[in-house]
Amino acid sequence: MTVLTIADHRRGDLRDVSFELLTAGRELADAVGTDLHAAVISGNVEEFADDLNREGVDQIHTVEYGEEFNHDVYAQAVTALTEDLGAEFLLVPNSVNGLDYAPAVATRLGRSYASDAVGLDYDGTLEVTREMYGSKVETTVEVTEGPFVASVRSGEWPAAEGVGDADVSAFDFDVDEDAVGSTVKGFEEVGGGDVDISEANFLVSIGRGIEEEENLELVEALVEATGATLSSSRPIVDNGWLPKNRQVGQSGKQVTPDVYLAIGISGAVQHVAGMKGADTIIAVNTDPNAPIFDIADYGVVGDLFDVVPALIEEFGGEPPSV
Amino acid sequence: MKVLVTVKEVATVEDDFEISGTEIEETYLDYDLNEWDDYAVEEGVQLAEAGDDVEVVAVTIGPERADETIRMALAKGADRAVRVWDDAIEDVELLDVETKAELLGAVVEAEDPDLVLSGVQANDDSFGATGVALAEEIGFQWAAVVNALDTEKVLDEGVASVRRELEGGVEELTDVDLPAVLTIQTGINEPRYASLRGIRQAQSKEIKPQSLDDLGLDASVVESSLDVTAMYEPETESDAQFLDGDADEQASKLADVLREKGVVGE
Ligand SMILES: Cc1cc2nc3c(=O)[nH]c(=O)nc-3n(C[C@H](O)[C@H](O)[C@H](O)COP(=O)(O)OP(=O)(O)OC[C@H]3O[C@@H](n4cnc5c(N)ncnc54)[C@H](O)[C@@H]3O)c2cc1C
Repeated sequence: MTVLTIADHRRGDLRDVSFELLTAGRELADAVGTDLHAAVISGNVEEFADDLNREGVDQIHTVEYGEEFNHDVYAQAVTALTEDLGAEFLLVPNSVNGLDYAPAVATRLGRSYASDAVGLDYDGTLEVTREMYGSKVETTVEVTEGPFVASVRSGEWPAAEGVGDADVSAFDFDVDEDAVGSTVKGFEEVGGGDVDISEANFLVSIGRGIEEEENLELVEALVEATGATLSSSRPIVDNGWLPKNRQVGQSGKQVTPDVYLAIGISGAVQHVAGMKGADTIIAVNTDPNAPIFDIADYGVVGDLFDVVPALIEEFGGEPPSV
Repeated sequence: MKVLVTVKEVATVEDDFEISGTEIEETYLDYDLNEWDDYAVEEGVQLAEAGDDVEVVAVTIGPERADETIRMALAKGADRAVRVWDDAIEDVELLDVETKAELLGAVVEAEDPDLVLSGVQANDDSFGATGVALAEEIGFQWAAVVNALDTEKVLDEGVASVRRELEGGVEELTDVDLPAVLTIQTGINEPRYASLRGIRQAQSKEIKPQSLDDLGLDASVVESSLDVTAMYEPETESDAQFLDGDADEQASKLADVLREKGVVGE
């Protein structure tokens, strides 16, 4: 039995989740009583292997192939390596690239797949903790048939640290070029523009609770009265109500203001990924069970259409009638 | 050209709810078209509008009630729909990814589409995996988390030129050979509202029910390898200080906090 984790990297850097996976993998390996292997595919694999060589890692496998992620190559390499090692437990990141190859690998290997794990327990069988209904409930699911593949949520385990003494070896296998049906043409940064919300010290952030584009006027009045900077959750940007450079979250910007005032935002994991580093988090939401309150320092359970106008008046502003 | 769009009726949970056993009690659930699938439907319909002879077929796994949700896809412009259901499926508490991929795979085999569009994830069980697992199951190419698709290239060259939205505001530009499955991210387009005319037309469009038998599958495909052992409201790690009172009082306390933190003057 072996636990195998797959690293994630982009444009020359390992992503944090690669080290978090090592921690999750080590814990699982300890529970099972087995070794922890890690693999890194494409890019500067020698350098990546050095970096992945942290405490608790027994073996590192490198697969040299191209510079960047290609899901066909990853799917082939991970499948081949898992089979070669007879790895019972395959842990991959639930990152955007993880989403792009993990389900294919699980299918190819004919294994059960549990995605977006926030907890892993092993006691003869594996139990995966997952969230459902937009983080409103947590479930534990037992994987009744091993071996399995699980993708692991970023930010749930601490990054592995310390210097390890893993063996590093190249995993040689021939990529079947005919089976590579996708070609990565390049990358582009999006969401530049006039304002850099990651520099702001006070963000007023609005979410789908605002309901209509016209109602944005209300939040804009608050921003004006308080001298804050306006940001938002994803649906506001998807609707075209605010430009992409205002989006906070996993696929938007990471922000670290002194105060983050989240109004009508539920606190989905991909949103929280971008703002949990704020010093003080304040949330206004009608739903007392909204996940945003779990990470908030101050909570206002209330209707934004009542609270925001009152707040504007507190700062001497004039609330627009919406 | 044929475009198959996978749609799911997802359960949404009311603000206050109760769990019984490993399920949320039915009275606290509402049903709606999965947000991500709405964008997938729109992308399919836009392809049909741009191309000459493009048929859009919506497919779902769901009980009869789900007809209501599929009608939304039909009202927005899908030509017809397939709904997979069976007593054997009804009995399964949590359909795992493998099962969904096999069920949808059988529909793909029957329909033989050039392109399958599916949402990145479903907001109820949040696996985020069905589209890619389906692609692998049926031997299609794929791309996950797509937020732009070059319509002309799909229609004229048989290549899906896509943007994949990575973390932190970076997009990957990728070409994928057809046939392919794309998992669609919100923001790729602006989903339309169903027009009254569309809603009326949807009434006469076909929703074809398909059982396991119809699809040439036996009950073993629905054997899930995942068992839900517990469901609970996550323990709140919150040490949030709640500002109570009516809206004016709350606002006043909130204003005090903001002043205290020094982010607003006065
Ligand atoms: C791969 C991927 C990447 C993603 N990246 C991001 C990202 O970068 N950023 C991001 O934000 N999301 C991202 N998402 C989307 C994310 O999953 C959520 O869909 C999104 O964050 C929800 O936004 P929201 O909180 O504004 O809306 P909702 O979840 O709909 O929440 C609205 C909230 O408003 C409250 N509300 C309603 N009316 C009122 C009222 N009158 N007064 C007060 N409160 C009210 C409701 O109780 C609810 O809690 C991503 C998703 C995926 C799959």
